[in-house]
Amino acid sequence: MVAFDEMRPDGADVREPYRRYEGWLSAQDAARLTEKMTDAERVFRRTGITFNVYGDNEAAERLIPFDIVPRIIAGREWRRLTQGIEQRVMALNAFLDDIYHRQEILRAGRIPRELIAGNEAFLPEMIGMKPPGGVYTHIIGVDIVRTGEDEFFVLEDNARTPSGVSYMLENRETMMQLFPELFQSVKVRPVENYPQLLRQSLGRVRPNGCTKEMPRVAVLTPGIYNSAYFEHAFLADQMGVELVEGSDLRVVDGCVAMRTTEGYKEIDVLYRRVDDDFLDPLTFRSDSALGIAGIMDVYRAGNITIANAPGTGIADDKAIYSYMPEIIEFYTGRRAILGNIPTWRCSEDDSLKYVLEHLHELVVKEVHGSGGYGMLVGPAASKKERETFAAKLKARPGNYIAQPTLSLSTCPILTDAGLSPRHVDLRPFVLVSDKVQIVPGGLTRVALKQGSLVVNSSQGGGTKDTWVLDD
Amino acid sequence: MLLGRTANGLYWMNRYIERSENMARLVDAGLRLALTRTADASDEWASIVASAGAADTFRQRHSEFNAETVSDFLLRDPTNPGSVVSSMETARSNGRMVRTALTRETWESINDGWMSIKRMLANPIDGRDLPAILDGIKRETAIIRGSFHGTMLRNEIFDFSQIGTFVERADNTARILDVKYYVLLPSVSWVGSTLDNYQWESILRSVSAHRSYRWVYDAEYKPSLIADYLILNGRMPRSLAFCYRNIAESLNFLASEYGVRHSCHDLAESVLSRLKVSSIKEVFDQGLHEFLTDFIGDNSRLGSEIAQNYRFY
Repeated sequence: MVAFDEMRPDGADVREPYRRYEGWLSAQDAARLTEKMTDAERVFRRTGITFNVYGDNEAAERLIPFDIVPRIIAGREWRRLTQGIEQRVMALNAFLDDIYHRQEILRAGRIPRELIAGNEAFLPEMIGMKPPGGVYTHIIGVDIVRTGEDEFFVLEDNARTPSGVSYMLENRETMMQLFPELFQSVKVRPVENYPQLLRQSLGRVRPNGCTKEMPRVAVLTPGIYNSAYFEHAFLADQMGVELVEGSDLRVVDGCVAMRTTEGYKEIDVLYRRVDDDFLDPLTFRSDSALGIAGIMDVYRAGNITIANAPGTGIADDKAIYSYMPEIIEFYTGRRAILGNIPTWRCSEDDSLKYVLEHLHELVVKEVHGSGGYGMLVGPAASKKERETFAAKLKARPGNYIAQPTLSLSTCPILTDAGLSPRHVDLRPFVLVSDKVQIVPGGLTRVALKQGSLVVNSSQGGGTKDTWVLDD
Repeated sequence: MLLGRTANGLYWMNRYIERSENMARLVDAGLRLALTRTADASDEWASIVASAGAADTFRQRHSEFNAETVSDFLLRDPTNPGSVVSSMETARSNGRMVRTALTRETWESINDGWMSIKRMLANPIDGRDLPAILDGIKRETAIIRGSFHGTMLRNEIFDFSQIGTFVERADNTARILDVKYYVLLPSVSWVGSTLDNYQWESILRSVSAHRSYRWVYDAEYKPSLIADYLILNGRMPRSLAFCYRNIAESLNFLASEYGVRHSCHDLAESVLSRLKVSSIKEVFDQGLHEFLTDFIGDNSRLGSEIAQNYRFY
């Protein structure tokens, strides 16, 4: 299986978007590039752009490896991607609104009822609840993979609390520091206004009763030991808003307020990076120390915006994912611009049978899993691993979906032996308020191990700066 | 507007940075004393540990007071919460927590300092490297302070940081004086006499004041003058008077910014007024030990009142 290389397909000529960059690259001295690579690592470590790995005491804080070869997307390619993404996030929000109100899509028999009713990500507390501005999922990360010149697929919708946007911004910052001359010869569209857009976007979905000219926004973090803490602090800092923890907040006079040196001050919009389960110990997990007791009552009374809304997980669940083409058609009346990857739902007998027979060529994922944990990459697994997995699969078929092993596109990385292709994916970040905004770029994740298809940072993946050309 | 938790984080971050630096100075003074005296140096090392307020914890870990055990304990023992390694760890966690309140330069200097101090102290200290390590620690904390003063806006964030620094420094100077006088001055009648030069110099050295003392007093080391210098001299950056002038100033900025005075303001003013006595003789008449004990108590009470008044928790 030969993968599509985005720089040189089949080792042939350099593709158009990479032409100027390649011209610059071939004139560079190898030793200087290696030096730049070390510089980049030092920048990241100094800035403290680290992430914590769960259950790994040795390296409590690790750097996500950064590769200095950019991943380049042509303006034309990007326009098509954004149309597809925009259509998708509109459908996701319409689906959420429907599923928590009239459930037309279930009545129409387009998706099975039990998929919703028996789903942990479906929050009964949200039934009949209209979030401010009618927006459910405000910040979305859509994971996209490429397999050929014009073949893009959506791998996953992250509609809960997608992370990684700080890497998009810091990667660009680092590249501009390392190679200022490159940005003069190649016209790359800027991404640096993302924090301002985020702040404005959050402001536009303020609670109806909020009449302040500048609504008060805060970022809610689980704290410094969370794996994405750097990002939480980074975004709060760049937006110029407070970074709060659950212990800073309490309900005062029907509003959520934060404890300041001058007393309690009301918050209008909370960008929370805490999972649903931990948001309100009175409504969800009672042992949660990360949330705010009573915030759901304030929310229902319409006195605070929670972004993303609780219960959005029902839209990015992997079992729901397989119905996305139907969902998009149902709410937009058009066919999906960006395709899904064919998916077998193991809950269905025929599919389960097929999956068990073809385990060696499929990727099997847990419906509720994330971060690349609990999945089986058939072609890379040993016979024994496949057998163990088959047993798990037979025991709880409803817990799994399967997809063909896609030949993800590759992009070169700089290794000690020169350029070498590695598989990549792409996560653009989308903001939804009364409009949809997508910054031209995103997070490119790259599998650093030769041949590996797993790009997750928790499993040894790295990142690249993503360039969208202004052409 | 500042979160109470952020004010708390800034206060402690600065206390711990100050503490790291003070530990390095203390060990430096001990080292100098041990090098310049021919007799057994274990008493000096014991008094260094006492000055650090860690005698009990030390005894649980070691039986002998010498350069190796004391410097290991005060610099790199992670089980000693006041060691340089532990203090930098706490300072840096607080820094991460209040990251959004700091300039990029300030945060990076803390993160850098934490990394390089951890590296310096990763392995047991070879006595030959001790002077270089102590220099390294002092240099890192100096860079943090420099970035902080050079880049931070003079607002409430700055005020809470300053208060943390000076509460810690005042506590440190008061403890050194108290412990040393107890050890070095067997009876009050010795106050006016000239004693073993090295010992006096060590007190001054532990607050980096051995040279400046001569600029100010142009005299022999005398217990009364040293006390005057470290307690009442408003120009000496580690004296109690200097610390409290700064604390009071920062608290007054907060009062005018917020438009509210609290109980901590009254307490700080009352401590400051006691440091404005005309001569050190009044302090000795009252009893130096009593004076310092009261001061240390008030200083720590001030910390709790600030925490309460400004809703740290």
